[in-house]
Amino acid sequence: MTAPSSVDGAPGGQTESRLGGIAKALLDAAVRPLRGLLTYAGDRTLLLSSAMGGLFRKPFRLRLFLEQMEFVGVGSLPIICFVGFFSGAVSAQQAIAALRIFNQERFVGATVGISLAQELAPVFTALMITARAGSGMATELGSMRITEQIDALSTFAVDPIQYLITPRIVATVLMMPIMTMVFNIIGLVGAYIYSILLEHIDLGQFIEQFTYWTDPKDYVIGCTKAAVFGITLSVAACYQGYYVRGGAKEVGLATTSAVVAGSVSVLVSDFFLIDIFHILWPYQS
Amino acid sequence: MNPQSAHPPAVVDPSAVGASGGAGALARRDERWQIRVRGLHKTFPPQHVLRGIDLDIERGKTNIIIGGSGQGKSVLMKHLMGLLKPDAGQIWVDGVDVVPFNDLEMAKLRRKYGMVFQYAALFDSMNVVENIAFPLLERYKLPKSEVMERVRDLLKRLDLENVGGIEQKFPPELSGGQRKRVGLARALIDRPEILLYDEPTTGLDPVATKNVDEMIQRTAHDFGVTSVVISHDMASTFRIGDRISMLAGGKIIVSGTADEVIRSPLPALREFVETSGLVAPGAPA
Repeated sequence: MTAPSSVDGAPGGQTESRLGGIAKALLDAAVRPLRGLLTYAGDRTLLLSSAMGGLFRKPFRLRLFLEQMEFVGVGSLPIICFVGFFSGAVSAQQAIAALRIFNQERFVGATVGISLAQELAPVFTALMITARAGSGMATELGSMRITEQIDALSTFAVDPIQYLITPRIVATVLMMPIMTMVFNIIGLVGAYIYSILLEHIDLGQFIEQFTYWTDPKDYVIGCTKAAVFGITLSVAACYQGYYVRGGAKEVGLATTSAVVAGSVSVLVSDFFLIDIFHILWPYQS
Repeated sequence: MNPQSAHPPAVVDPSAVGASGGAGALARRDERWQIRVRGLHKTFPPQHVLRGIDLDIERGKTNIIIGGSGQGKSVLMKHLMGLLKPDAGQIWVDGVDVVPFNDLEMAKLRRKYGMVFQYAALFDSMNVVENIAFPLLERYKLPKSEVMERVRDLLKRLDLENVGGIEQKFPPELSGGQRKRVGLARALIDRPEILLYDEPTTGLDPVATKNVDEMIQRTAHDFGVTSVVISHDMASTFRIGDRISMLAGGKIIVSGTADEVIRSPLPALREFVETSGLVAPGAPA
């Protein structure tokens, strides 16, 4: 294709045309990432809205919701407990090391309690659920897609999004706060064992500082964040699996993408949620 | 190239497509033709896949649609099933144009259909009984005893009852042929009028292929259904087809009985038939 030339053939016209082309290319390069981001968010929002539409439409398949709650929640319980215990113990270890500089080790209960409730428990739980349940969702849905099981559902006049996606998203949103509370409890057990049994912190001070500084609000914030993470990670996983095209290799790639997209979306949304909650509930001394 | 433009009249059987008449004739229930497709177009940009399909499906017979890979056979099948909407054209089922149907009407229409997928598309998470019963459980509230009675009747009629523990087996535990039969049982459980088969013999050895052919013929006879088979297996096609249509270049280029089709001089068809080894290359049409 030739570039349009000026009417009189003057070189100035060609230069203007070339500059216009460069400007357009630069603008396009600048806009492309934004367009990609909007498309990414838009596609997933559409899937989420379709899935939520299915929640209020008959037939209601309670069994599917319970199965998914078992998969996301009960199935993830061992890894949540394991990670929760060591996260609590490591938090206590770090807190004691820092507080010892000021001879204030007695605050370890408060430090670990608040950090677990607001940050560590919801984020680590979300990352664990992404790795275990999110990857499982993407693989299962991807396999169903490439073996035409999703098409088969449509031939029986069953809405595949209502049947497959809605229970997965709802189950993840419901189970995330519960798993976060389990993480909190086990994390505190880890912190207790390290602080009291290994570092010989006074038990009375540990409990007193924990109960004085840790507020129910911290747990409300943590559980609300967990529910939001439940939406972002399950939508990311379901989208990657549901829209797979190709074969086994593509299912593998979709699973990887689901874990990456789920983890990134959890951490990015965490950043914004912290700000939102600090505006709603400012820190009080 | 449009094959129809370069060859003699495409349709062998003048009583079919050529004598279709106007919309008035199509809008009446015809004793011979159950499905009548007129001027069907579908584009998946930039590909114009279906370029004006005219096709008639004979009631109670085994209708086979042949064609090479990528010619749009599966796309045509999905239009017949109502899983895709055409860009233009009409699909008359028992004298009713179903293209303008909404989702609810389409869901009702699909009860007339059963579909057997290329690799059966059985649900991996369900055992054989749950797979076969799925359409009944989704559509009606029937007593469990009646559902089981119908499932066992189909297992018996499709020679599956003697397979040890078949009812509790999961799809990965079944052979290719057994999977096809279970897929057929699932398609038949709601007593459809029309059965669609998507390349049913792909991936099977010659003996299994012959068994599936017999199964298709016996099903058409025993259950009195109209069968539509998408295939590129010429030996099977001429063994079981009552009516054969060939799809090439986005159009039906020939349609008729096995004898009529095998004698057609159309180069695209000759190449297809000769390559399959059914007639010697260069043999008179």
